[in-house]
Amino acid sequence: MNRRSGQAPSGARDLERYAGLFARRTRSMKSSAMRDLMAITERPEVISLAGGLPDTSTFPPDSYAALMAQVASESCARALQYGPTEGLAAVKRSVVQVMTEEGTPVDPDDVLMTTGGQQVIDLVCKALIDPGDVIVAEAPTYPGAIPAFLAYEADVVQIAMDSDGMRIDELEQTLDRLEEQGRRPKFIYTIPTFQNPGGVTMSLPRRQRLVALAQERELLVLEDNPYGLLRYEGEALPTLRALEQGTIAREEASFVIYLGTFSKILSPGARLGWTVAPRPVLEKLNVGKASTDLCSSPMTQYFVAAYFDSGQWGPYLRSLRSIYRRRRDAMLDALAEHFGPELEWTRPQGGLFLWVNLPHYIDTTDLLARALGENVAFVPGASAYVDGRGGSAMRLNFSGVTEERIHEGVRRIGQVVREQIFLYGTLTGQRPVAPRADPADEPAGEAARRQAGARLADVLHLPRRPASDRRAGTGEDG
Amino acid sequence: MSRVAVLKGGRSLERQVSLKSGARVEDALDRLGHEPIPIDVGADLVARLRDERAEVAFVALHGRDGEDGTVQELLELVGIPYTGSGVSACVRSADKVLAKHTMLDAGIPTPEFYSFTETAFSELGAADALPAIEERLDFPIVVKPAGQGSALGIRFARSAGDVPAALVAAFSYDRKVLLERHITGRDLAVSVIDDPGGQPQALPVVEAVPQEEEFYDFEARYEIGRTRFICPADLDAAATDGAQEMSLAVYRLFGCFGFARVDLMHDEGGDLQVLEVNPIPGLTETSLLPQAAEAAGLGFDEVVERLLARARERGPAGAGVREG
Repeated sequence: MNRRSGQAPSGARDLERYAGLFARRTRSMKSSAMRDLMAITERPEVISLAGGLPDTSTFPPDSYAALMAQVASESCARALQYGPTEGLAAVKRSVVQVMTEEGTPVDPDDVLMTTGGQQVIDLVCKALIDPGDVIVAEAPTYPGAIPAFLAYEADVVQIAMDSDGMRIDELEQTLDRLEEQGRRPKFIYTIPTFQNPGGVTMSLPRRQRLVALAQERELLVLEDNPYGLLRYEGEALPTLRALEQGTIAREEASFVIYLGTFSKILSPGARLGWTVAPRPVLEKLNVGKASTDLCSSPMTQYFVAAYFDSGQWGPYLRSLRSIYRRRRDAMLDALAEHFGPELEWTRPQGGLFLWVNLPHYIDTTDLLARALGENVAFVPGASAYVDGRGGSAMRLNFSGVTEERIHEGVRRIGQVVREQIFLYGTLTGQRPVAPRADPADEPAGEAARRQAGARLADVLHLPRRPASDRRAGTGEDG
Repeated sequence: MSRVAVLKGGRSLERQVSLKSGARVEDALDRLGHEPIPIDVGADLVARLRDERAEVAFVALHGRDGEDGTVQELLELVGIPYTGSGVSACVRSADKVLAKHTMLDAGIPTPEFYSFTETAFSELGAADALPAIEERLDFPIVVKPAGQGSALGIRFARSAGDVPAALVAAFSYDRKVLLERHITGRDLAVSVIDDPGGQPQALPVVEAVPQEEEFYDFEARYEIGRTRFICPADLDAAATDGAQEMSLAVYRLFGCFGFARVDLMHDEGGDLQVLEVNPIPGLTETSLLPQAAEAAGLGFDEVVERLLARARERGPAGAGVREG
């Protein structure tokens, strides 16, 4: 029986042959130990607080069926056909609705529909980045943006955050330093609202300062805003794009590239996002997109348009907010109960993630291996940095699993962390805090939360790890 | 034609590598005219083995459960012949501490080491012994989990200050770790495969040369271009013979079957020291055993066929295997 006949075995020498053909940029596209570890998190028995998955389980199957039937009856031929690169007018109306909801009115002609928000990041790099060009990002930044930046051989410079988001003073110092070196960043990448992975939100004064800075220095800012409508408490803040539009005269140049997506408010499976950009930039992005995929799927564009026209999105979004708010609260309660005083975490007002700092001697990539032994997973912090920082931090997601599983997952992580803290204590002769087998012995939730709140400003300040601390091996496989 | 269950994946930390090894084995089985039955091992393993009526199992698992005798034990109970070493060889080689003691007892050189369980530190005050260990082993000291097959969790402690965090890291992977003297020298691997007559044959020596970093890390092993593998290694005939003979001695000592890979250091004085033996070497495109086999003129399909033939010769497990 020969299902796949005739193909020669590809051995190491064949790979060497391919290796000579790979573009230089693939050298930075590394698979990693972390990815190998993450492969295990997909197993069903694992409580994964790692992914960034929205909960799509409450979307009514009847609505889905009705919308698809409507697309079939009203737009069958067009849905099955290629569409314009910039996107269908019908779905751009949905984009206008969503952006208006966020106080950011937009002209549909300024919108380019994309295959998920991720494509915007890729297209912006494709249009702007030559090898060695500087991209400024937050520290930590969206782990999924880093491979895109590196694939275009960008030099990524990361700016520290605190509880008010990116430190604009540090940004200015960095820009000055770069200018002295004759280097001008091509763009500043920021997730101002419910930042991934930090969970913090950029304050209004910092937003204003960042927009002004972009104008003064004529620097592009890529504003990534997937979670803006997922606010569970507090007052909504204007987007950078809205602030800029409110301050510049009509004929003045804009420097904000806005990134939006339906992934978190409707469905990541729709693979539909968009960008709003200054016209000359938008044209380059359009050309770049045409060469990548001609257009985003008209099928899903019609589906999304039908969904927004039906008026269901308001109630659905409210239901998502209420589910995620409960899950966030469940996670904060669980953290207060199961994570000891040595740990600090952010308290997001919305979004999907929060960030936890552990003692410096705990490497969260190694810790993940131990956590996986307890069938629980998180994202190690190092994946949110390009420079080796973040090794003692982790990102936790609270949108993808139930409150019960959040509590159990956090309990298990807390247990393995306590074991490591205790072990380190015995190794160094520091007064060990005995691992608590019974979570009931934990400090009261409120006290711990107050303490966490008080130190919040320091949470995202992370010391650079010494090079000697890097993981290394003598090399054996299999 | 045989129905061959290819056991791969699982939940070992080397899941990804194992999936690649398994996929490659499946392709080879296809070309050889067999019927591969891919099984990502999980809670339904025993049921699947019975339901699929596999005649033989190809174990393409690495790390925990697959390489430590667990799956082999199950296969013996189910009565399906399987490729590679039996339970005893797997148990003794997968535990690096047990393996090193086995070698020392047999007079095979291995770097000096000390091993501790987590409870030794938490309950027996082993931390007080660290300064003495550090004095005896000299820095840098290699800190490893005892039971992790890949390079995950391996740290180099360059000073006493590095040791606690290195131990915490290693204990993330296993409840037992070892602190080992670091050997400066050349990193060699000798793969051994049984010839058609059942005699172990040492394949050409592979030398791993890290390209970028002082110590190459876990990722580098599986990435083209980050570690250069030289095969056959540029060694004189005596050194080559020495490495191959020592690897054959290790293979026999552990009672390996079918194939295995022995990792050694060729130190600056020209002496050999054995680091470990891998009962199920990686079978990916960049893995060392397939490269060495290729250098010996042995194609991947032939490697797979030989292993299957050996599995059939040994037959379906049981007492006989234990004694063999």
